[in-house]
Amino acid sequence: MIRDPLTITEQTPWQEMTTGGEIPQGGTARIIKTGEWRSDVPRWDSGKCKQCLLCTPFCPDASIPVLEGKRQDFDFDHCKGCGICAKVCPFGAIHMEKEGL
Amino acid sequence: MSIRNRLSGNEAVAWAMRQINPDVFAAFPITPSTEIPQYLAQFAADGPGDPEFVTVESEHSAMSTCLGAQAAGARAVTATSSAGLAYMYEMLYVTASARQPVTLAVVNRALTGPININNDHSDSMGARDAGWIQVYAENNQEAYDNFLQAMRIGEKARLPIMTCQDGFITSHAVENILLEEDEAVKAFVGEYEPENYLLKKENPLAVGPYDTCPFYMEHKVQQAHAMLAARDIILEVAADFEKTFGRKYGMLEEYRMEDAEAALVLIGSTAGTAKACVDRLRQRGRKVGLVKVRVFRPFPARELAQALGHCGAVAVLDKSEGFSGCGGPLFAETRSACYDLPQRPRLINVVYGLGGRDCAVEDIETVYNRLQRILETGQTGELYTHMGQREATDDGV
Repeated sequence: MIRDPLTITEQTPWQEMTTGGEIPQGGTARIIKTGEWRSDVPRWDSGKCKQCLLCTPFCPDASIPVLEGKRQDFDFDHCKGCGICAKVCPFGAIHMEKEGL
Repeated sequence: MSIRNRLSGNEAVAWAMRQINPDVFAAFPITPSTEIPQYLAQFAADGPGDPEFVTVESEHSAMSTCLGAQAAGARAVTATSSAGLAYMYEMLYVTASARQPVTLAVVNRALTGPININNDHSDSMGARDAGWIQVYAENNQEAYDNFLQAMRIGEKARLPIMTCQDGFITSHAVENILLEEDEAVKAFVGEYEPENYLLKKENPLAVGPYDTCPFYMEHKVQQAHAMLAARDIILEVAADFEKTFGRKYGMLEEYRMEDAEAALVLIGSTAGTAKACVDRLRQRGRKVGLVKVRVFRPFPARELAQALGHCGAVAVLDKSEGFSGCGGPLFAETRSACYDLPQRPRLINVVYGLGGRDCAVEDIETVYNRLQRILETGQTGELYTHMGQREATDDGV
């Protein structure tokens, strides 16, 4: 059964769920906000950033969007605060802070 | 037109695989199933078949490869035995819950330990709750025929399926066999046409996502219902198989059961030995028969109850030790199947043949003699027993 996964909720009976829990749609991670798992948060200093774009491929969660060859601020809906970007940045343009309570 | 030949059970299954020409074959060798990937590698190298032969580094990887390939839209097969099946354990469950109809040729061998390469059913019985359809063969012919039917069953039920044969006894013994022509097999098995698959670019798909508490149970209920529905699919494919090739299959086989007062319930190659015993005892006027369980998952509870309903005494032969303290797995489920009968037969359990311990016609006869005593005395006696092991004598050893 191919159906829109967004119509499946915690009220959907088993007969109407997709077989084996298949998700017949691409890019659905976009709609699930996982950034709230974060306890540390990266801060980007655009003044120090040379746009070398090393941080983007190192991000395990594709949370550093690039627009027309330039990185933008973090996608905080999905960034888990792992800190890899801060480690790999050659210019000290990213530092980690505790997530504000 | 069938072709008369002589093949071992492993050759028969490999022959079926060659004829079906699956897209992907991933396997790791383990006795006694090693010959199946060996023969298939030869077929793949020589052509005209062209399966993608993946030489994986473990059985866990073999099943993972099959799962990934099947989800991508391919037909994937593998073969294994004993500890190899145990090493697949995690992926057996994942394949079943992802509802990918992978086909697995099991050549039954005792599970280590103690380490042993000979036949019993402890490997596949250990996987009986994994959500796979399980079909067992008595001989080479059935191993071949079951494999030809397996894909159609699995693909329609959307459940993975394992076809099992007895290690060495069936897998390595060369017997006469009727093979079917390549074109006839291809026509019978047909093409795999999943509704959706990973490589179908018009419809992106994710398979096997994390299932949180609000969804997991619904998916397990789906699996349970798929297993229930598999029964009719198995019978439907068997009916078409009989129409096409002339050999008849069901959930189980009843042998001389019409007026049987004493009966055995068993699985696999021992049925051949036991049939010889039934014939011998019938010549002496004893009303005996047997029921060979062909499909263990889904369990043929209804059919067993119907077959055993008129018997006075029944022995269930388990070729695996469940260590439940009250009988093997076939006994537990057969006994449960008989519970709702208006008149239940007296049931005993005989665990036998572990690690390749031989079981001869004479051994089977002792079981029928026990049943005879139960019929005569009305006393069931010991319920959970073993056969074939050495015992200390009463006067001490």
